[in-house]
Amino acid sequence: MLSFVARRLAVAIPTLLILVVLSFVLMYSAPGGPFNSERPLPPEVLANIEAKYGLDQPFWKQIVNYVVGVVTQFDFGPSFQYKDRTVNDVIAQGFPVTLTYGFWSFVVAVTVGVSLGVAAAIKQNTWLDYLAVGISIGAQVLPNFVMAPILLLVFTLWLGWLPGGGWEGGQWNYLIMPVIALSTSYMASIARITRSSMLEVLNTNFIRTAQAKGLPMRRVIWRHAMKPTILPVLSYLGPAFVGMITGSVIIDVFFSTGGIGQFFVNSAFNRDYSVIMGITILVGTLTILFNLVVDILYAWIDPKIRY
Amino acid sequence: MFPNRAAVEGVGDAMELAEVKGRSLWADARTRFFRNKAAVISLIMLIMVAGFALFGGVFAQYENDFVDFSLIGSNAYKGVPSVETGHYFGTDSNGRDLFARTVQGTGISLMVGVVGALVAVIVGTLYGATAGYYGGRVDGLMMRIVDVLMSIPFMFVLILMLVIFGRSIFMLFLGIGLISWLDMARIARGQTLTIKNKEFVEVAVATGVHPVKIILRHIVPNLLGIVIVYATLLVPNMIIFESFISFLGLGVQEPATSLGALINEGSRTMQFGYYWQIAYPLFFFVVTIFAFFFVGDGLRDALDPKDR
Repeated sequence: MLSFVARRLAVAIPTLLILVVLSFVLMYSAPGGPFNSERPLPPEVLANIEAKYGLDQPFWKQIVNYVVGVVTQFDFGPSFQYKDRTVNDVIAQGFPVTLTYGFWSFVVAVTVGVSLGVAAAIKQNTWLDYLAVGISIGAQVLPNFVMAPILLLVFTLWLGWLPGGGWEGGQWNYLIMPVIALSTSYMASIARITRSSMLEVLNTNFIRTAQAKGLPMRRVIWRHAMKPTILPVLSYLGPAFVGMITGSVIIDVFFSTGGIGQFFVNSAFNRDYSVIMGITILVGTLTILFNLVVDILYAWIDPKIRY
Repeated sequence: MFPNRAAVEGVGDAMELAEVKGRSLWADARTRFFRNKAAVISLIMLIMVAGFALFGGVFAQYENDFVDFSLIGSNAYKGVPSVETGHYFGTDSNGRDLFARTVQGTGISLMVGVVGALVAVIVGTLYGATAGYYGGRVDGLMMRIVDVLMSIPFMFVLILMLVIFGRSIFMLFLGIGLISWLDMARIARGQTLTIKNKEFVEVAVATGVHPVKIILRHIVPNLLGIVIVYATLLVPNMIIFESFISFLGLGVQEPATSLGALINEGSRTMQFGYYWQIAYPLFFFVVTIFAFFFVGDGLRDALDPKDR
C-alpha cells in the first residue's frame, strides 16, 4: 500500500511541474507585455517597471525564479493589474468562497446521485426507476450555464424566493442556487453510473448467496452490494471534480459570488497573466491531489487494483 | 432418377434466398439502430436542426448583423417575435434579428461540435492504435503521457491560451481538439490490444507488411464501430464545451455568434421580460444536445457487441 502511494506521488509531482512550466511558457510567449497600453509608456519607465517585476531577466532565470517561488513559498508573484495586491491576495480572497459552494455541490451531487441510483436499481422498472432515469437524462442536457439562468428565472424573477446573486459570507439562501446549478449534471451522471453498476452487482452470485442465506434486503445492499457498486462511481469522481471546478467559473460570473472564477475571467479580459497562471496552477494542483486521493481510495476498496 | 424440374428450381430459389440472407455487420447494426425509436426520432430531429442551420438563412428577413435602430428603446413591445414584422424569433437587445442570429449560432455550434469531435477522433484513434499495437515500453510511455495530460484542468489552460494568442475560432478548435483526444486514445488502445492478436494481423505481420500500414489498413478499420459511437457522443460534449467558453465571452466573437453566446445574451435580458431572447437559443441548444445523446446511445446499442 505504502509503495503504491509513493509511486502515485512520483507521478503526481512531475505532472505538477509540467503544468507550472507549461503555463509559464505560454505566458512568456505572449505577444506584447502586460504593460503595453494604448498610450505607450516612456521607455525608461517601462524598463523600470519591468525591472521591478523581474521581466528584464533572461527566460531561464525568470522561470527558475517563478518555479522556486511557487514550490518553496507558494508565492505566485504580484498581480500585473492590481498594483497593490499579489496573486496570493486574490486567491486568499476568492478561494474560500469557491471552496464553500464547491464542497456543498460535491456533497449534494454524490449523496443525491448515489441514493437516486441505488433506489432506482433496487426498484427497477417501477415509477421510481423511471423518474430517476428521466431526471438523469434530462439533467444531462442542463450544464451549469443553462441551469444558472433557468434557476435565476424561476426562483428569483418569478417566485422571488432567493437572492439573484452575491455571497454575504455564504448564508444559506445565497448558497442554494450556485450549489444546485453546479451539481445538477454531475448528480445525474452519478445517478446513472450508480444505477447501472448496482444492477450489475445485484445479478452476481455472491448477492444471490447472501439473499439465499436469508439476509434482509437492507443488509444485502449495505454490507455486500454497496462496495463493488461504488467503484465505478469513484472513478468518475475525478472528472466530476475537474468539471465542477471549471464550472465554478460560470457560477462566479453568473451569481457574482466572488470566487476565484470571477477573478480568473476578469484577468483573462485584462491580460493579467500572473493571476491567470496562479489560478491555473492552483486548480491543477487541487485536481492532481484529488485524483491521488481517489486512486488511493480505489486501491483501498478494491485490493485487486494495482497500477 | 433425374431430379425433377421443380426440385432444381427449388434449389435455385434456396440459393437466391441464401444470398439475400447474407448480412454484414453494418447491415445488422442498421436494423438494430432503426428498431430504436428514440434514436430514430432524434436522428430526424438532428437532420431538422442541421437543415435549420443550413437553409434557415433563406427564410430570414434580415441580415444577422443588421441593427434595426428604430427598435432601440422599444424592444419590449416592438421586438417581440412576430410573423408580421419578419422577426420570427423577435430581436436581440441590440435590435438584430434573432432568427438570423439563431440560424448562425446553431450553425457555428454544430460546426465546432463536429470539427472538434473529428480532430479528437482522428488524433486519439491514431495515437491509441499506435500505442496499443507497439505495446511494451512504447505503450507505457505513451499512455503515461495521456494520464499526465488528463489530470490537468484543460479549460483553464485553454482560457490561458485564448488570452495569450487572441480569441479566434481557430484557437478554439485547436484547444478543444487538444483536450478531447485523450479519452479516445484510451478507448482505441484498449480495442487495439484485443485486435492485434487476431489471425489477420498475424498474417499481415508474417507477410512483412509495414507496421504503419498494418495500423492504418488493418487495425483502424476494425476500430471504426467504437470510434463512430464515441464520436457521436463527443459532439454534444464539444458543443457544451464551446458554449461554455462563449458563455464567458471568450469564445466566438461578434458579429459571429454561437448558441452559448446567445444564451448568455438572453440570460442578461430575461429580467426585463424579454424571455424570447433566451428561449429560442436555449430550445435549439437543448434539442441538439438531447438528439446527439440519443443517437449516440442508439449507435452504441447497435454497434457495440459488448452490450448485446
